[in-house]
Amino acid sequence: MSTKTLTFSIMDSPFEQARTTTAFRMIHEAIERGYNVNVFAYEGAVSLAFAHQKPHANAVHGRSVEEEDHPLTKDWIAALQEKAKAKGSQLDWINCGLCVDERGVNDAIDGCRRGKPSDLWKWASESDGTLIIATK
Amino acid sequence: MKALQIIESAYRCTIEEQDDPSVWISQAMKGAGADLDILLRGNAVNYAVSGQDASGLVFGDKPQTQPPKLDQDLQGAIEKGITVYIVADDVKSRGIPEGKMINGVTQVTCQDLPGLFGNYDQIWHW
Amino acid sequence: MAKYFLIESRSSFDSTQVTQNYQLASDLANAGNETTLFLVENGVLAARAAAANGLASLNAVNVLADDFSLRERGISETELGNGVQVASIAAVVDAMAEGQKTIWL
Repeated sequence: MSTKTLTFSIMDSPFEQARTTTAFRMIHEAIERGYNVNVFAYEGAVSLAFAHQKPHANAVHGRSVEEEDHPLTKDWIAALQEKAKAKGSQLDWINCGLCVDERGVNDAIDGCRRGKPSDLWKWASESDGTLIIATK
Repeated sequence: MKALQIIESAYRCTIEEQDDPSVWISQAMKGAGADLDILLRGNAVNYAVSGQDASGLVFGDKPQTQPPKLDQDLQGAIEKGITVYIVADDVKSRGIPEGKMINGVTQVTCQDLPGLFGNYDQIWHW
Repeated sequence: MAKYFLIESRSSFDSTQVTQNYQLASDLANAGNETTLFLVENGVLAARAAAANGLASLNAVNVLADDFSLRERGISETELGNGVQVASIAAVVDAMAEGQKTIWL
């Protein structure tokens, strides 16, 4: 029996909306099950995989950089990629190319690639389920 | 595969993007052969108002030379074969006069939506 | 008829559009479709029995509240309205994998 494939499209920039966390929860759950997952990052979401994100300390809580262990979305994506590999499934991540250009976030972590709207349509046409998570 | 693109979020970044991202991506996918239509609901019903004018912005000495023209974009979508539905209840509650809407939009009521949704394989909500 | 899995992340206190979304869920269910409304993030703020929320009109809809979102907001299961069931994020993944029309409102 072939495994399921789910497609998500996300739009929110990192650190701005709870939808990003919820999206990661869904993607994690799908990968845990061994499903193949496609993610089309549109608009602000193309910054989620930006390779130059840096963690910071938290003086309000008196925590050093190490203690704060501030989550970076690029690290969460990398962890999800590792999980997918371990499960023998695929996490395919496309950043909308024009959105990448206008935001200047061309340096994405490995495993994330440029694409275009027709990629989203193709994935949606071939997936078992598609969910658009738009910004509001 | 046929998908209905529901557009509700309106005027969020239309100045910076010079487009509505959801209208834009619908047109881009259509151009690549996708079979899709658009449903405007909530504040996005105002996109069908003709004569919207966002021109004239200047920051420092830098003008915006290509302001968004959402009414014309929707007109273009209709001409490319995209059916643009609009929720009549949302038009009415916002007091939009009939005569101010662009030609070619198809009005539906809230009660029509279950039937409309049934015509599509997927429903995408932007 | 079809199966619809609707996701609501805003509360009716955020936007009147959310009330319209509840109505859409009800209309889909009353049209004979199997309809689920999954409340997540601030959407669960409407799930308390004591909240003035409009969920009471969703008799024909299967209303779920995300367990993490409830816990994040200190809402215990005993506070929930009748007809609201606690569910995990797996409910969304199940619906998508099943091919339900999954819509984040």
